[in-house]
Amino acid sequence: MSTLAARAERAAAVAARHADAVDREGRFPEEAVAALKAERLLGLQIPSQFGGEGAGLTQIAELCSTLGHACSAAAMVFAMHHIKVSSLVTHALDSAWHCRLMERIAREQLLVASSTTEAGIGGDLRNSLCAVETTGEVFALGKDASVISYGAQADLILATARRNPDAATSDQVLVALLADQISLARTGEWDTLGMRGTCSEGFRLEARDVPVEQILPKPFAEIAAQSMLASSHLLWSSVWYGIASYAVDRARAFVQAEARRRPGQVPPTALRLAEVSNAHQAMRGTIVTALRRFEDAHGDADTIGSLGFCVMLNNLKVTVSDMAVDIVRRALSIVGLAGYKNDTPFSLGRPLRDVLSAPLMIGNDRILANTAKLLLVQKSSGQLMSA
Amino acid sequence: MNITQAIRDILGSNEAFAGKADQLSEDDSLFDMGLDSFGSVQLMLALEERFSVEFPDALLNRKSFATIRAIRDAVSTLVRQEAA
Ligand SMILES: Cc1cc2nc3c(=O)[nH]c(=O)nc-3n(C[C@H](O)[C@H](O)[C@H](O)COP(=O)(O)OP(=O)(O)OC[C@H]3O[C@@H](n4cnc5c(N)ncnc54)[C@H](O)[C@@H]3O)c2cc1C
Repeated sequence: MSTLAARAERAAAVAARHADAVDREGRFPEEAVAALKAERLLGLQIPSQFGGEGAGLTQIAELCSTLGHACSAAAMVFAMHHIKVSSLVTHALDSAWHCRLMERIAREQLLVASSTTEAGIGGDLRNSLCAVETTGEVFALGKDASVISYGAQADLILATARRNPDAATSDQVLVALLADQISLARTGEWDTLGMRGTCSEGFRLEARDVPVEQILPKPFAEIAAQSMLASSHLLWSSVWYGIASYAVDRARAFVQAEARRRPGQVPPTALRLAEVSNAHQAMRGTIVTALRRFEDAHGDADTIGSLGFCVMLNNLKVTVSDMAVDIVRRALSIVGLAGYKNDTPFSLGRPLRDVLSAPLMIGNDRILANTAKLLLVQKSSGQLMSA
Repeated sequence: MNITQAIRDILGSNEAFAGKADQLSEDDSLFDMGLDSFGSVQLMLALEERFSVEFPDALLNRKSFATIRAIRDAVSTLVRQEAA
């Protein structure tokens, strides 16, 4: 079997086996990432002329959900990697350096990390303080990157920065920095409630003498609007869907075990399961609708960059992140103590702690505040079956 | 009324264009110069108020606000429709 689904299942099985240890020790999910590389899943999105498989976001989303069911941290690493790759695939095809980079990502299964968050800026990815300083054909960059997931393990980091030291904070570029071109001094630990295996530590990032051709040719404003917003919210949501599905599966198994013990009776928890199943279906519908709208846009920059599309993606993130927390919490109340304990087949502590990161990962209030601004000019809510 | 000058005046009140709005060429990409989604919303609101028009959803995309020329084309079409 080597369909995409089978490859994902094999990698997910490895991720599931190590998920508890990754969480307990707060360590990088190295076994899962090795399995993703062995199944050649890190190059999936790269176009075939560069040695990848040209997969679309919907296929990646399905994999994020499969992995999210197994190990949230491994799934989030996979999602974040592919969010970065989507920016390269969408915006760097006319840059020879970045095309060679895509070839390397596919061939060597390089792992790509992201640095947008900065001390003094927080989760406002459309502003930077740090700036690219160009001298001739090379540039230097120093960034107080307060969160870079798997920064220490990545082969490559895509970082935002102002275009030059005189540029406005919103006049940003995205630069590709190879691990051997930078120094990372750890400035913050990642001892968190959940998502512990993402190792999202803080770093002082220093890069020197990096060729200017490594700066993506498109302004970051465009990259954010046309690929990153969509890929982030679609793929994160898919990871959270996987986590929520795992919890619902545990709750269902628990209710079914009770039903088997008392034939002829519907266990009282079955009603709660019906409620959770209802919420789970609504969550799935929300994600699938957003993925369809994204696919239907066929990469058209005007559609994807439109205000209505941005509102739709923001709403996706806020809705799905809150629903995911709610679903896991409700699954726990069905399973009861067996879910609260860490050593039973129904344990839900890890997924609950992991999923609590969803509303914080770009704070929902920040996103709602952004939507609020866009609604100042949007004129209608659209039709049932079309935008 | 000079639509282009009104657009330049309004752009000048945006952080990214402060002091530079009058030097912009008609075809300079405003997004390349740091216009973000909120900046374009502010720009739209100001234009709607100034010219008593409403931008329909179909015009609420990056293309309509990419350059001074694109904005002027959109505004003049709306002003003409309003007058008709
Ligand atoms: C698991 C995980 C992995 C991550 N990995 C990375 C990574 O690899 N690279 C990276 O760059 N970043 C990463 N981040 C950081 C993430 O992108 C955000 O920057 C971060 O979650 C925001 O943190 P904050 O709450 O401290 O900051 P802030 O964004 O400063 O927000 C603080 C609080 O203020 C609220 N707030 C902010 N603005 C407004 C507003 N306008 N109106 C109302 N309320 C507002 C927010 O909702 C929040 O509650 C990761 C985060 C998590 C949880």
